[in-house]
Amino acid sequence: MSLISLSIITLFLPLIGFTVLIFFGKRFEKIYLFEVGILFAALIISILIAYFKLTAYINQDLIFAFTWIDFGVTPLIGEFSIDLGIKIDNITVLMLFVVNLISFLVHLYSIEYMKGDIRFTRYFAYLGIFTFSMLGIVLTHNILMMFMFWELVGLSSYLLIGFWYEKDSASDAGKKAFLVNRVGDIGMLIGILILFTNYHTFTFDEIYAQIAVGNLPFDSYAWLTASGILIFMGAVGKSAQFPLHVWLPDAMEGPTPVSALIHAATMVAAGVYLLVRIFVMLTADAMLVIAVIGAITALVSATIALTQNDIKKVLAYSTVSQLGYMVLSIGIGAYAFAFFHLMTHAFFKACLFLGSGSVIHAMHHEQDIREMGGLKKKLPITYYTFLISSLAISGVPLFSGFLSKDGILAGSLAFGNLTGHWLLPIIGFTVALMTAFYMFRLVLVTFHGKPRNQEKFDHAHESPKAMTIPLITLAALSIFIFYTPNPFNSEAGWVLSDWIRTPEQVVPNEVRFDFMKSDAATGQSEITHSQMYTDAAHHAHYPAMILSLVLAGIGILIAFMMYVWGKIDSEKLKTKYNSLYKFSLNKWYIDEFYDASFIAGTHKSAKILAWFDYNVVDGIVNGTAALGRFVSMLSGWFDTYVVDGLVNFFALLNGFLGLSLRRIQTGKVQTYVVFVVFSLLVLMFFFRPF
Amino acid sequence: MQVELTHFLVVSTLLFSMGVFAIVTRKNAILVLMGIELMLNAANINFVAFSKFGGFGLSGQVIALFVIILAAAEAAIALAIVLNIYKTFSNVNVDEINNLKE
Amino acid sequence: MSLYDIIFYLFALLVLVSAFITVTSKNIVHSAFSLMFTLFGVAGIYVLLGADFLGVVQLLVYVGGILILMIFGVMMTNEITNVDIKTGTTQVVPAIIGVGLFAGALTSMMLRTGWNSQPSENMDTTTYAIGKLLLTEYVLIFELLGMLLLVALIGAASVARKEKE
Repeated sequence: MSLISLSIITLFLPLIGFTVLIFFGKRFEKIYLFEVGILFAALIISILIAYFKLTAYINQDLIFAFTWIDFGVTPLIGEFSIDLGIKIDNITVLMLFVVNLISFLVHLYSIEYMKGDIRFTRYFAYLGIFTFSMLGIVLTHNILMMFMFWELVGLSSYLLIGFWYEKDSASDAGKKAFLVNRVGDIGMLIGILILFTNYHTFTFDEIYAQIAVGNLPFDSYAWLTASGILIFMGAVGKSAQFPLHVWLPDAMEGPTPVSALIHAATMVAAGVYLLVRIFVMLTADAMLVIAVIGAITALVSATIALTQNDIKKVLAYSTVSQLGYMVLSIGIGAYAFAFFHLMTHAFFKACLFLGSGSVIHAMHHEQDIREMGGLKKKLPITYYTFLISSLAISGVPLFSGFLSKDGILAGSLAFGNLTGHWLLPIIGFTVALMTAFYMFRLVLVTFHGKPRNQEKFDHAHESPKAMTIPLITLAALSIFIFYTPNPFNSEAGWVLSDWIRTPEQVVPNEVRFDFMKSDAATGQSEITHSQMYTDAAHHAHYPAMILSLVLAGIGILIAFMMYVWGKIDSEKLKTKYNSLYKFSLNKWYIDEFYDASFIAGTHKSAKILAWFDYNVVDGIVNGTAALGRFVSMLSGWFDTYVVDGLVNFFALLNGFLGLSLRRIQTGKVQTYVVFVVFSLLVLMFFFRPF
Repeated sequence: MQVELTHFLVVSTLLFSMGVFAIVTRKNAILVLMGIELMLNAANINFVAFSKFGGFGLSGQVIALFVIILAAAEAAIALAIVLNIYKTFSNVNVDEINNLKE
Repeated sequence: MSLYDIIFYLFALLVLVSAFITVTSKNIVHSAFSLMFTLFGVAGIYVLLGADFLGVVQLLVYVGGILILMIFGVMMTNEITNVDIKTGTTQVVPAIIGVGLFAGALTSMMLRTGWNSQPSENMDTTTYAIGKLLLTEYVLIFELLGMLLLVALIGAASVARKEKE
């Protein structure tokens, strides 16, 4: 069987699961096992696909397309049709594996975690439709289909965030996520339409081929930049970038495995995946915008994560921060590291979320870390997997996070060196320090020290096997050996040297960064990006590595000093920098700002419009109505006295006649016969033939 | 006086007039019916007379036959109605049954 | 005056006198009986006009059928125990005036009209010819009348029957 048909099977397996569960979920209690089994099959198939693609077809992209709608010849556009199809390249198969693996593990985990929920099978059905749509995003070869699946993941995310819709906060969070995503998606749709208007196709490769031959949207660089940034808006919404990141922390109202699958590992990474797909058409300006947004997101959410007390909120903000890293990485041209970080982050962040789910499960749905402490003894497996993932995210060597994050930091340093945007690497390193600190704050407060809530502590227990196996799997995948043989040089590994290649940009040389100009233009040869960038990254490698190691160490050290050794009193700091603390704790008042600006503004403009409606529109309407009433009064008078007068006159006349003729009507047939006879006589008199 | 068409027609006219008289004056519904029969017979005489003197062949007689059949049907229905009226009003006096007035 | 004429006048007298009695008699039973004579006379006139088949039908249907039906009607609508089976008359004066005028006008019309009379020879028997006409030229009407009789029969039965309480 070809890889194409295998991948189509993987795509539709979860949809089958969804359909079966939705229709038969109420009748058969054990049917969720079917969904889990289907996901296992999908995982096996995706491993097969990845294996064959990365061995037999490593340098070859597989494309399968068919015409979905054939419009024939249409006015203004000419002949065109919309194709749907699948493109399998190295990134696709890696992503396919990541999505299927995490989805399967989350399914497995949810069996225990969601046990006893009233909508148990429906939960699995939603997971099925989510997996289907996510695979659709991963596999598609055109941006229209990607948009459709993009909205489908939005829908399934909405359904799962609001899964416990009895809670107001959950249904509100679902709505918020949906609406905030709309803001991004509208930009993405406009971007897609700009491209479509110019190229009359949705297929990525065809659009890039057109750009590569110098065919620009509306013949201007500005529009190319604009379309890139507009499509990036979709990623801003879906990947929770500043300023649309507000939905992701609220999305933690959903079940924790859902947070792990959708709001940490896969769906929010879809934005980054989209950027990876459109990377080749990004101009320098667009990339700079992307980099700045990514950096701001990373910084803002890291500072917020420092002070949060809800275990899931901390992880949510760290997710936003890490997504910021990935976006930043795209923006600075470190394409391969962006995708690499996406993968590694998917594993360790899913592990962290599932670990937090395990803790929450053990603590009977207690999410506040101030109520925890000392859980290390009670939950050893959870603790060690959580610790490994925390080390990974903090950028400690020997773990996957170090490899990818170090690459991004080195890239940003090189970028600063080449373009003079030094703020980006500075923010990057600051965030690295903060990441190490808040992650270890979380670990130490949750698992070390003395239990703060003895009663809950006593009831805590290690989670069952179905929950620990995913944890162990994901923690294992956070270790360097799966990616590279040399824990200090990620580029030596197979992931970066063989599997992920930075593609050549297609935008004209004039609008690229200097260091990204094609080597043909600068007189050199090579396929990916220029030697200049490679050199710069090479030079930046060791300084960046050392710096990030030191910062991670400092961050961890501070966390230990604060929460284990007590050298620094966190309470004192709190009072000393009270305003800063409040600022961070209240999430930079961004929600409040939105409340005050957009929501209040909407209310205000609604009020103004309502006033306008009441006074002007209604006034016009009422004026017209009054005029109409006056006219109708006149016409009513005419009716009453003239028309009705005539009518009544005739009625009276007839009534009078009728009354006078009434006497003839005796009701006796015989009388009528007499009349008939007389009438006949009269007729005979008139028509007499003689 | 040679008997001709006119004689038959005069007989039928007088018979018809007596039928009308019966319908107009009699109170009893059955007598009214009898008047109707007289009128039908008068008409039949005309048909047959014209059949003989008009040069139309036998068509007049056939039509007279049809009229007799119709009269039979009519008599049956009319008597059924009279019986029904009798059941409803306990009499068959046509002049007292003036529900048509309302 | 030929024998034919004498017979005609006899029958005409019979018809008109008995019809007059029918119309004016106070006793409804007398009316019915004199109606029988009227019908009998009309049958005679038919025969005089060469319509022998029709005369026989007149006797069978009218005298044998309709008249019996009427007498049954008389019996059923007047309580038998109540011997007084008489009925009154109404609006006699306007009726006499109207009908008299009517009859006069009609009769004068009949007498004054110049009829284009073409007396045909009497046939020996008309039965064969009428039968042929009924089943060829008038077959549709014939069939329809058959239907009508059936419908009238059922209708009369359903109108006259006692309704179940």
